[in-house]
Amino acid sequence: MSKEAIVQVRDLVTYYGKRQILKGVNLDIYRGEILVILGRSGCGKSTLLRHLIGLLKPTSGQILIKGQDITTMNEDEMREILKKIGMLFQGAALFNSMTVGENVALPLREHTQLEDSTIQIMTRIKLDLVGLSGFENFKPSQLSGGMKKRAGLARALAMDPEILFCDEPSAGLDPVVAMGIDQLILKLKNAFKMTIVVVTHELASVFTIADRIAMLHEGEIIFQGTPEEIKKSEHPVVQQFLNREADDVEPDREKYLSSLVKP
Amino acid sequence: MLDVSTRNIDKKGVVIAIAGDVDLYSSPEVRKVIIDLTNKKTKNILVDLSRVSYMDSSGVATLVEGLQQVGKYGGKLILFGLEASVKEVFELSRLDKVFEIYPDEKTALDHLKK
Repeated sequence: MSKEAIVQVRDLVTYYGKRQILKGVNLDIYRGEILVILGRSGCGKSTLLRHLIGLLKPTSGQILIKGQDITTMNEDEMREILKKIGMLFQGAALFNSMTVGENVALPLREHTQLEDSTIQIMTRIKLDLVGLSGFENFKPSQLSGGMKKRAGLARALAMDPEILFCDEPSAGLDPVVAMGIDQLILKLKNAFKMTIVVVTHELASVFTIADRIAMLHEGEIIFQGTPEEIKKSEHPVVQQFLNREADDVEPDREKYLSSLVKP
Repeated sequence: MLDVSTRNIDKKGVVIAIAGDVDLYSSPEVRKVIIDLTNKKTKNILVDLSRVSYMDSSGVATLVEGLQQVGKYGGKLILFGLEASVKEVFELSRLDKVFEIYPDEKTALDHLKK
């Protein structure tokens, strides 16, 4: 059976001011897989993710989600696409003034005509799924970091998305809690055949969850392949990342001096 | 497109036959039919899901609400004919343990007669 590319990125270029952040990214994401976008801080991976969910418009290039180019869509068309997409933000992005249950229910209240009684049951089903049964009436401030991530995940799942995007899901969590989040992501993939895109730089997480890896470096994809293939890659930047080697900084005295005394 | 129809089986029971995908947009239609029946305190509600190939959590939640309503007056809400993919949705949310689920209408009716 041939693989269906549910997301297709074509020659994506973006600038912040004069600085080029993405330099012609091409990437296919297949239905039902977990794709990890890997890269060092500042490599453009979070920027790429923001483009994939339509939060940023590129300078040029296309992003096709289920065959439709989201870069040229108006707000109404984008809203329809977003109903099929769930997003777990880096800091979980829960509303602190609302309870956990209200946070999870929010997308359903905003985007559907469902009765409140149905929404309440759906909210409890999602909280149970992420292991937060009974925390419905808690405020986010009463939750630990790992629990906040789980609540954020429950909210991302509220609309039964086909594609789930996760930005650094294990950032700031201890290894045991991070492993719990990874297991949950695997469960969602296996159970709901969900397509999941995870942006991370956590190697332990990558080898636990990834079906495929795309490594981004200075705005370009320098590697695409399976976890086994990346281990065999001879690309120096991939090697450096996997071996956790620090940059070899050769100080250029003249350049450094002139940068300090520049008028 | 979703089609929801009802058929009386006896004085106490009604079969709700659902055909199509039950999702965020169509599940209110299912809810309306179920709530109409529970408002009338229909004793036995059998839900035929044999022509449903996709059900999301709003569909599941709708059936949970129906189950909760019949429980208030001692009625029953029974599901039958679930396709594997739909059954999986119930299993994942551990609701296969909460609902009475039968392979077909005959088995469901036999159980009611017991």
